[in-house]
Amino acid sequence: MTYQNAFRDPETVQRLLQSLDDVTTRKWSVMEICGGQTHVFLKYGLDRLLPKSISLLHGPGCPVCVTGVEWIDAAVALANRSDITLLSFGDMLRVPGSETDLLSAKSAGASVNMVYSPMDALTWAEAHPAKQAVFFAVGFETTAPAVAWTIEQAEKRNAQNFSVLCAHVRVPPAIQLLLSHPDHRIDGFLAAGHVCTIMGCKEYEIIASRFQLPIVVTGFEPLDLLYGLYRCVVRLEEKNFGVENAYSRVARDPGNSHAQQKLTQIFEIVNRNWRGLGTIPQSGLAIRERYRHFDAKWRFADSLSPRPEQSEICPSGRILQGLLRPDQCPYFGVSCTPENPLGAPMVSSEGACAAYFRYRRKK
Amino acid sequence: MTSKEPYTGAVCPVENDPQSRITLGHGGGGRLTRDLIETRIRPLLGNPFLNQEHDGAVLPNPGAPIAFTTDSYVVTPLFFPGGDIGTLAVYGTVNDLCMSGAIPKFLSLSLILQEGLEISTFESIMQSIKLSAKLANVQIVTGDTKVIEGQGDEAGMFITTSGIGITVFDPPPSPFRIAEGDLLVLNGDIGRHGTCILALRDGMEFETEIRSDCAPLTDQVQALYQSKYRINCMRDLTRGGLSAAVVELARSGGWDIELYEPEIPVLAAVQSACDLFGLDPLAVANEGRFIAFVDARDGERVSQVLAEQAPGAVRTIGRVIGPDKGGQVRLRNAYGGERILDLYSGEQLPRIC
Repeated sequence: MTYQNAFRDPETVQRLLQSLDDVTTRKWSVMEICGGQTHVFLKYGLDRLLPKSISLLHGPGCPVCVTGVEWIDAAVALANRSDITLLSFGDMLRVPGSETDLLSAKSAGASVNMVYSPMDALTWAEAHPAKQAVFFAVGFETTAPAVAWTIEQAEKRNAQNFSVLCAHVRVPPAIQLLLSHPDHRIDGFLAAGHVCTIMGCKEYEIIASRFQLPIVVTGFEPLDLLYGLYRCVVRLEEKNFGVENAYSRVARDPGNSHAQQKLTQIFEIVNRNWRGLGTIPQSGLAIRERYRHFDAKWRFADSLSPRPEQSEICPSGRILQGLLRPDQCPYFGVSCTPENPLGAPMVSSEGACAAYFRYRRKK
Repeated sequence: MTSKEPYTGAVCPVENDPQSRITLGHGGGGRLTRDLIETRIRPLLGNPFLNQEHDGAVLPNPGAPIAFTTDSYVVTPLFFPGGDIGTLAVYGTVNDLCMSGAIPKFLSLSLILQEGLEISTFESIMQSIKLSAKLANVQIVTGDTKVIEGQGDEAGMFITTSGIGITVFDPPPSPFRIAEGDLLVLNGDIGRHGTCILALRDGMEFETEIRSDCAPLTDQVQALYQSKYRINCMRDLTRGGLSAAVVELARSGGWDIELYEPEIPVLAAVQSACDLFGLDPLAVANEGRFIAFVDARDGERVSQVLAEQAPGAVRTIGRVIGPDKGGQVRLRNAYGGERILDLYSGEQLPRIC
């Protein structure tokens, strides 16, 4: 038995759907925070098999979508310098900045390479000593520990030509922002299992108790999602608020203390601008001063001019807060498509708009 | 030159060792070019047509309509489990001819080599071209060799092959012959070639036992022809994979098509690799897979004919349901859910987390 048949088994899916139907007595709106989870719901059409009274709200957990335009502009500016090669996850390459995206910059002559892990970027740097290698670090607490570890390795190996453009963000402050919005319709959350695998459940307990709702740590396979949703609805029906781990095969309540220690060692918590959402206090990770020689923002400060935040016509902020469904957006599929995206959620493989466009399409 | 030599101030711009690496001189049209052809190409691929040593090959008139196609091959790395660029260059063009309802006969072979390419690399690719041509039962009847400036150790090669086949199906299968009720028969598990290449890409550090499905479709198509069953259209599932092939055919004729996900075979290793990198196996390239649109009355029998020839699991994976939505492809899953299938914008990019 592999995870593929264990966690995608059609009969068990039907049983869980039935159980969900049995326990649901009224309307509930549950938000899956992670864009990867949104995609699984839509890819398998699971959202349409749920009891009618359960609505899914799609959350802001798409690292590509929330990375501020200013970071993409900075990445492009760096990649355009003849002495720099910018190394990035593939997912970031097509996301529009204020003027261009990395893939277009690459075709126009900028040096941009796709990598699969930050360590690959360090290895690349060591193999190309004549170049400055800048790794574009985006993502949540899931990707940040590997970046922290890579910076530590770079220090140990005395890598002179490696630095990191660090745009990491933290999930809990964003959840608090969503819940502080007067129009929010969120009854409960499915928390991202991989984030909790690193960070544990503690940060979420504070939120669950302050806002009086259930938060269920949930995995990414169809059965993981349905089970997480089932546990969330059971708790809503019982008014049993708090955090529950429905992904215990991977996530442990305390999280991964080694990874947490690396995060604290390398990064400090700062305020950060989220694309479409604005500045969220305490929501970013920046490289500590002790390691600032690996911070591309510090090393290449002369090439990075802060740009005034430009207003975008894309209503991604409302999409990311679950206030607007992608297919309700006036631009969806009309003037906004994966080929000509108005905003990041249409390009990212975890973006809610991309999920609706790819799997559902209307208009 | 080595450091022991008394004078190292200048390096001769002419080739330093024409026996071990391809140099610009091999493309100059002079002695080196001739040597390359006479010692490393003709002995492997020679046949009466190629041996005419003329600017073009004069071929016999087959007395039936001919199918003609061309394709270029730029794969990196040059070698991968299950084949190499030479195998692809032969089978890719052969398979395109097969899909036109023709039995492939003759290929041209145009080589663009990068300066610095190891001669031994070149030779092993020529060997596999020889073997692939033999297995696909085609002759290489004309060719060309050019050398372009290289990138040192990363020197590679590009190949263009054109092919001529003799059509045997009458009328030839074509997208315009797809009809309501046609069944879609797939000749094996999908996604192997693309995941195999992805796993070898620089920086991937991903070990897998996945081998490319790269293979000629000649025998399978010949068996279909001999069966005389009603095959309305065939399409090989190369770039863009199964979904691109089905979506394009659905759009070209305005037919709505329904696919059944549980019937589409994907090896567990391929599924795992795709899950890991956030790719959809339905959109990953294949090099030995095709779908046949078969008249519903012959669907079952066509599957049996293919099952005798095809190395993989043959399945009926879908059906042409009608013209209502003007060419929409829907994928139904084992849960009763469904989604639409569409072309990807550009290449699939691996996800972040």
